[in-house]
Amino acid sequence: MTSPLLELRDVGKDYGTVVALDGITTTVRAGEVTCVLGDNGAGKSTLIKILAGVHQPTRGEVLLDGAPVTFGAPREALDAGIATVYQDLAMIPLMAIWRNFFLGAEPTRGWGPFRRFDAARARQVTRQALGEMGIDIRDPDQPVGTLSGGERQSVAIARAVHFGARVLILDEPTSALGVKQAGVVLRYVAAARDRGVGVVLITHNPHHAYPVGDRFLVLNRGRSLGSFGKTDVSRDELTRLMAGGAELDQLAHELERPTT
Amino acid sequence: MRRLLVTPELGALVGAVVVFAFFAVQSPVFRSARGVANWLDPASTLGIMAVAVALLMIGGHFDLSAGVLTGTTALTVGIVAVEFHQNLWVAIAVALVLALGIGFFNGWLVTRTGLPSFIITLGTFLMLEGLNVGLTKLFTNTVTVGGIDDVPGYAAAQWIFASKLAIAGTEFRIAIFWWLLFTALATWVLLRTRFGNWVFATGGDEVAARNVGVPARRTSIALFMTTATAAWFVGTTLAVRLTSVQANTGVGQELIYIVAAVIGGCLLTGGFGSAVGASLGALIFGMTQLGIPYLHWNADWFYFFLGAMLLLAVLANRLVRRYAEAARR
Repeated sequence: MTSPLLELRDVGKDYGTVVALDGITTTVRAGEVTCVLGDNGAGKSTLIKILAGVHQPTRGEVLLDGAPVTFGAPREALDAGIATVYQDLAMIPLMAIWRNFFLGAEPTRGWGPFRRFDAARARQVTRQALGEMGIDIRDPDQPVGTLSGGERQSVAIARAVHFGARVLILDEPTSALGVKQAGVVLRYVAAARDRGVGVVLITHNPHHAYPVGDRFLVLNRGRSLGSFGKTDVSRDELTRLMAGGAELDQLAHELERPTT
Repeated sequence: MRRLLVTPELGALVGAVVVFAFFAVQSPVFRSARGVANWLDPASTLGIMAVAVALLMIGGHFDLSAGVLTGTTALTVGIVAVEFHQNLWVAIAVALVLALGIGFFNGWLVTRTGLPSFIITLGTFLMLEGLNVGLTKLFTNTVTVGGIDDVPGYAAAQWIFASKLAIAGTEFRIAIFWWLLFTALATWVLLRTRFGNWVFATGGDEVAARNVGVPARRTSIALFMTTATAAWFVGTTLAVRLTSVQANTGVGQELIYIVAAVIGGCLLTGGFGSAVGASLGALIFGMTQLGIPYLHWNADWFYFFLGAMLLLAVLANRLVRRYAEAARR
């Protein structure tokens, strides 16, 4: 097994006196998908923000390639190769796909006052980068707003991979999507994984996480319920853990029709 | 078809052709070379401003102080040159520095506070309106600055800002050529530079733009300074051409610039529009302004017509936007 790309050791975060996250330990390896599962308020967003460099952990260590790191700003995490695709996608609906793809990192040609956005190359690279991920877009000139939610997530994933992400954090990429669209996105998550990217997939849906995941970190109210390899846990166990195990049995019992 | 429909200037192009045909058919003067030179003139000074305002609107902001700023710069040119006995070029340079400062102030305040640019620039608009009259009275004891043509440096400035070029025996004002140049320049910047990409992104979704590393704040400030520079250019043109400037110059023009930009396909919400469209909007304005008197109609109809064009344009833009965002989910 390869050594971990990213490792969390007993990471915790307090907001004032509120403990948002405590005792989180897990690993992200190149070419593997680590799923972070949890219900609303479980601490998933806090964990993303620590990994993305928005927040700094109060306790514990984050190790990149085995060396402890602290990210003071999102830019630092990005420069270290940790890219985050947020739910709101960081895409501009009214702009063409190729303009969005290179937004903030536009290729240029020429010099001095004649330095210009190399549109021909940007179009061609966009088409090629999307093609490599198996994404077939009709026309790179169409506005991102005309794409479906799944297609947009896919373009965002392809963009992160193209710009050299080693660790790709996906914040609930399937939550707003229908079954078919969610399947499309999961296929691109797998494509990114197959290209050697370490993926962190945040979700509250074990049915989306289980088929694509290699490792599962389950959170409940800011605490870890365990970090499992795929062989250590079944889909049903994962679902039970997420829903709070015994609580779900209790609920099932309450909802049963009274037998008289 | 899809690509054609989401071209911002399409509506304005159709509008300009219809307006031209309407007046040209009925008025021989309108379609003569001299007539064309006549109605291109008001379109040119308006167009220079409309192009800059369009860039700003695509970037997601308004500048209500743009109109009165043409007056401020024109008055500055006059007062520094005539009352302080400076070379006209010194006066023009002082006016440019002042304009850049005001543009920076607008942009800095808007990006710093996050308040709507509508309110911030309404504030600077009113302040400048007061200053224009107050300071002009203070320096000249009247509400006019005159005698700009008696100042050293006038000949060269006149050549740059207010000369006429003859093409096939008809004289065209040089402002028309500046207008065409600025429209081409703005189009190139918008579509073919990194800065242009950032303008669309900042206006389209500022938070998302910042997330991917676009310097949204600097982009906005640069746009306000661009508008101010355009106001300086038009203000200087007015001062040099008319050789005397009224203290109320430019007041009320700011809305006309926005109308031209919107007729040209700019969305009020930002992120979409074009410089060519804004210029076509200005062209429609110029043709209508002179076409109506050529047909011996009452000039009152001009504003009715302009308002109707504006309404038509926003309705068309709304459809385009809906179409572009149709499959959002």
